[in-house]
Amino acid sequence: MIYFDNSATTPIFPQALDTYLKTSQRIIGNPSSLHDLGNQANRLLQHARKQIADQLNVSPKEIFFTSGGTEGDNWVLKGTAIEKRDFGNHLIISSIEHPAVSETAAQLKELGFEVSIAPVTPEGFVDVVALEKLIRKETILVSVMAVNNEIGSIQPIQEIGAVLENYPKIHFHVDAVQAITKVEQNHWFTPRVDFATFSAHKFHGPRGVGFIYWREGRKLAPLMNGGGQESNHRSGTENVPAIVAMARALRLAFEKKVEKPEHVARLKGYLLEALHSYEKVTVFSKETDFASHIICFSLKDIRGEVLVHALEEKQIYTSTTSACSSKKHLASSTLHAMNVPSSLATSAIRISLDESNTMAEVEQFLIVFNQLYQKFSKIN
Amino acid sequence: MKYTEIMVRYGELSTKGKNRNVFITRLASNVKKALIDFPHVRVHAYRDRMHLLLNGEDSDIIIPKLQKVFGIQNFSPSIRVEKDVEVIKAMAQDMMREVYTGKETFKITAKRSDHDFIQTSGELNLTLGNAVIDVFPEIKAQMKNPDINLRVEIRRDGAYLSYETVQGAGGLPVGTGGKGMLMLSGGIDSPVAGYFAMKRGVEIEAVHFASPPYTSEQALQKAKDLTAKLAPYVGSIQFIEVPFTEVQEEIKKKVPQGYWMTITRRMMLRLTDAVRELRKGLIILNGESLGQVASQTLQSMVAINEVSNTPIIRPVATMDKLEIIEVAQQIDTFELAIQPFEDCCTIFAPPQPKTRPRLEKVHHYEERLDIEGMMERALAGLKMVEITPEFAEQADEFADFL
Repeated sequence: MIYFDNSATTPIFPQALDTYLKTSQRIIGNPSSLHDLGNQANRLLQHARKQIADQLNVSPKEIFFTSGGTEGDNWVLKGTAIEKRDFGNHLIISSIEHPAVSETAAQLKELGFEVSIAPVTPEGFVDVVALEKLIRKETILVSVMAVNNEIGSIQPIQEIGAVLENYPKIHFHVDAVQAITKVEQNHWFTPRVDFATFSAHKFHGPRGVGFIYWREGRKLAPLMNGGGQESNHRSGTENVPAIVAMARALRLAFEKKVEKPEHVARLKGYLLEALHSYEKVTVFSKETDFASHIICFSLKDIRGEVLVHALEEKQIYTSTTSACSSKKHLASSTLHAMNVPSSLATSAIRISLDESNTMAEVEQFLIVFNQLYQKFSKIN
Repeated sequence: MKYTEIMVRYGELSTKGKNRNVFITRLASNVKKALIDFPHVRVHAYRDRMHLLLNGEDSDIIIPKLQKVFGIQNFSPSIRVEKDVEVIKAMAQDMMREVYTGKETFKITAKRSDHDFIQTSGELNLTLGNAVIDVFPEIKAQMKNPDINLRVEIRRDGAYLSYETVQGAGGLPVGTGGKGMLMLSGGIDSPVAGYFAMKRGVEIEAVHFASPPYTSEQALQKAKDLTAKLAPYVGSIQFIEVPFTEVQEEIKKKVPQGYWMTITRRMMLRLTDAVRELRKGLIILNGESLGQVASQTLQSMVAINEVSNTPIIRPVATMDKLEIIEVAQQIDTFELAIQPFEDCCTIFAPPQPKTRPRLEKVHHYEERLDIEGMMERALAGLKMVEITPEFAEQADEFADFL
């Protein structure tokens, strides 16, 4: 079995699973309880928070736990809209955001907020000049992802941050779900970033848990009201086992990256070189300015899902662009935003790599791909 | 950059005349204590300087620890290389690559204490200056106040190169000033008071009053965590927990509300003084700051102070709250101190404490209490634990989870 769908989700690290089990069994208290079992759970929770904060070089007070990336995106957008509605009703998102951002923005639009969509270049990068022109005095939020989940383009967060230096009141949100442990932090975690969203299962943590970075001094209304957990900003009994397992997974993922810094890039380089030699292949993920773990390409006239299933027969697991929308038979929304013709966009598939993939797997994939390519060429 | 040696310059203690040796010996022992986790480090204390030979230990971890040792003005981490001109040149170039960002001016300060070395200081200055210019042709040399002063010392056992001078904590070596008992409540002020006392050479022991179940385990933990934040300056600090429940219950039962606070504080001072005697301390230290709360008016101080003749030093007495907070942040006790747990000063807090308590009334109400009996029982229940810097980092507790 070759698992090339790591941007959809990653298998949990055995050590993180061990932490999940141990915490569930041994740390039985509710962190809000007054007694010692509660204190113990709370101490562990705060240790986990500090460990995550240390890894990002921020203060533990700036880390808030959530149920994952979708909640994080919903929280920052809706929380900003609620908190700042007296100051403005205008939000800007890019045209290639994950549905957790774009659908949330759509819902806010129905509620009366105005949403502008910043376009991207044909290569898949947010057009910073165009984005700046969309800013008005009512603008309360700009949300741009760090790394596109479909093609892997690293967005110009530094440049957007520089533009937003002139608009200090606007909340700057970065969906960093695909970026953390994959792309150097200085590309997408600049001092101007106010909020960033993270999800554990993209870095070998458990599903159903994530966190947001919330820069100290900014304000955000809660979506979850109740018992006052997370400093009264996100109520609900803390998912301690998942949170602690996430903290461990994040540490291990960073360590793996340090152990094999160029590994994934090498695999991608090898794949790209091979794919470029096929006449009917169009590759959307370049090497520079693209995350090293994502390769999106089209095989002319073969629908993406056909290729995905054909590869699956050989036990190679890939995906038609983003897994979240891949069941909807839609062309890739990112490629669409890049003005890629829809015949080509519907043919796109995504390979997403990880430190655990090997060169042997890549070679195996290329052999299978070559067979499929010859076969499809005969049919067409 | 991995250094091989650190040269330490003394601060005020160089002016201590005949006592100088006592101070230097003390400082050397404090440095050894602070670096106890680095068994290979060798400390050589000389009259005007101290040399630490790192013997392979990690300078990146040692430097922050050294910055917390009082009595050090500043220090220069350096690298020892072979006394070979080519080797020295290469190291000088490497060091400049590390620091030079394209803007700084530089200077070479060579010193030759080993006169068998083939180049004189002046020649070496020239050789190394040229070597630097070879790598950075555009760099400017400047003799007065250069941004980077690359020091080279040729000694018998090798050539030592350094370019940075790290500020030390200043002050006097802890322990040269005798011992004081620090009344540590768990608030912002008392750790700062302890810090200042240590800075002037005073060794401290922390005295904390606990009144379970009115005060919680977390409040006690917090006081210990605060002590752990002060421990790096000395290596370790004795933490003395005084059981105070009976005293507080008795006062509440038998004394009118307006005098709860004054008499509670008098009891604390009596007990601290008794503990001081047991522990052979010389003075008492606390974090009182004039006018901050009812117990810290001059009138209250007089009424409370009456129970003891021991000198009480109040290092933060005349500081503003904001000034105290600034220091608390510097020494990293602030975040801990503001955690909201009840301590024995906040429980049974009367709605209207007397800010001008009258002594004759104090004496009158105290007659209702069995002061000697209560003190005897409290002193019999003292709990002592030695707190080290690692105490706060309980990561160990969860090491196999995270």
